[in-house]
Amino acid sequence: MIESRLNRTLCLILIGVASFSSLLPIMLAVMNALKTTVEISTNPLALPSQLHWENFTSAWKNAALGTSLLHSAEVTGLAIILVCVTAAPCAYVLARQQGRGWRFLTFYFMASITVPVQLYLYPLYFIFAKLGLVNSIPAVALVYTAMFSPFSIFLLRTYVLSIPYALEEAAQVDGATAWQKFFYVILPMMRPGLLTVAIIVGLNAWNEFVIAVTFLQNDGNVTAIVKFYNLTGQYSTDWGAMLAAAVTIVLPVVLVFVLLQRRFIDGMTAGAVKS
Amino acid sequence: MWLFALPALLINVCIILIPALLTLMAAFFFWDGVGTPVWAGLANFQSLSDDPVFWSALTNNFIWTAIFLIIPMCLALVMAAALMMAPHSRIVVQSIIFLPRILAAAITGRIFQGMIFSPVTGLLGWLNAHGFSISDPLADPDRSLYAVAAVDIWHWWGFLAVVFFAAMRQISVDQIEAARLDGAGFFALLRYVLLPGIRPTLALMMILTVIWSFQVFEFIYIVTQGGPAYGSEVLATLAYRHAFFESDVGKATAAACVMSLFGLCATSVYLWLQSRDGSHPA
Repeated sequence: MIESRLNRTLCLILIGVASFSSLLPIMLAVMNALKTTVEISTNPLALPSQLHWENFTSAWKNAALGTSLLHSAEVTGLAIILVCVTAAPCAYVLARQQGRGWRFLTFYFMASITVPVQLYLYPLYFIFAKLGLVNSIPAVALVYTAMFSPFSIFLLRTYVLSIPYALEEAAQVDGATAWQKFFYVILPMMRPGLLTVAIIVGLNAWNEFVIAVTFLQNDGNVTAIVKFYNLTGQYSTDWGAMLAAAVTIVLPVVLVFVLLQRRFIDGMTAGAVKS
Repeated sequence: MWLFALPALLINVCIILIPALLTLMAAFFFWDGVGTPVWAGLANFQSLSDDPVFWSALTNNFIWTAIFLIIPMCLALVMAAALMMAPHSRIVVQSIIFLPRILAAAITGRIFQGMIFSPVTGLLGWLNAHGFSISDPLADPDRSLYAVAAVDIWHWWGFLAVVFFAAMRQISVDQIEAARLDGAGFFALLRYVLLPGIRPTLALMMILTVIWSFQVFEFIYIVTQGGPAYGSEVLATLAYRHAFFESDVGKATAAACVMSLFGLCATSVYLWLQSRDGSHPA
């Protein structure tokens, strides 16, 4: 009994230390986003003596955060739509069709999950440069679609597999074509899966760095992440405004996370855990 | 029925498969990305193997793999087991340790540079002002790789703990209760009940760790750009530098091929596991 109480105390201490270290950098960022640069270098750990909200307005104005956030939203929205539209029908046939060709296609998509960006980045960039697609937001969204659809297909496939085949048979008896079965039987039942896919693709597209920093070079149409990255190279002395920009870019993600945490966590851990 | 799969397949082939095959080809050509490629044979691979930076980058990839197979795994396992013992704080704590995973690498990298490592505005500067003497690890070629690894571990380990915790919850409660009635302490429970219970998940995460460790790019490029003095250079940052800053796409693609070769070994194990029990990572 004593031993088990000791164990429980140890566990709680451990959990406390872990939570604190996960939160510490975030808390420091939020706290210092409200301080002047002088205050930050005097003592980064102190609470702000006075809330300097002007860091946020100056970050917004000097960095033109508004337009870059808009670009992030465009890329993210486009990627979500393209992934959902292409992955859903693909997941349906991969779940329902049998035969060597389909098995090969499943294998192909599975393999493309683990392909490193570096293996296709360079030729892709120079092809896009030839085609005049560098600095194009839709082109970046298309690359994201290719990157994020394989795992979405497998996530959605498990949803299709859980739909009883009898439902489709019933529709078939009533004379439904394959497309009608997909639209009226499968798609409505896939909806929770599509929401999970939208969240994960949205998060990845919003945060994505390598493709965005390589393909968007014109300061007028970069995403918020690239804008932030470029800016901090230039003015890395103004930490107050920089952290304010960081908080602004992260805020939408954290808000969605707080609202839909269960779906975030379940969607992102799905696959690693078998039930 | 092929029409259902066609759009997804078409995009995938155009963006990933064709450029990937072109990478394999480009590795055997002299090419600056703009002009006409000239046949090079194995010259690009030769110039890689003559380059001491290539060998230190490869070594750094191996160091990175070892670090990530040990530190985040141990942290996550202990944390997941602790969560199993503390039913009241689960939901909140899970969200807190998951939070770093949803922040963008560019932002996390900058926050660590400014708020943790900086000798002027960071935690390190504060410690130096209060009697410690720790120099900036990001400015030290021997320590910069470990400093960046620390940032990535912060970003990653909580997610891993949540994955392991989800797997541990699938273990039957009876088995855990029986072990505790037999007087098993925290580490005995972890070693003899929880760890064997999540073996498939553990194996999958270890393989993915190996695959990702040979691809690692973002945090290193953002925080140190592979420097100082190539101290934290890995294959991916080396390839990127050659392609876009030194206009040597041939050498860059050769490095990308070497990198992919190591990943391929782990990937084949992964594909074998996946096709055996049909699941997928997020």
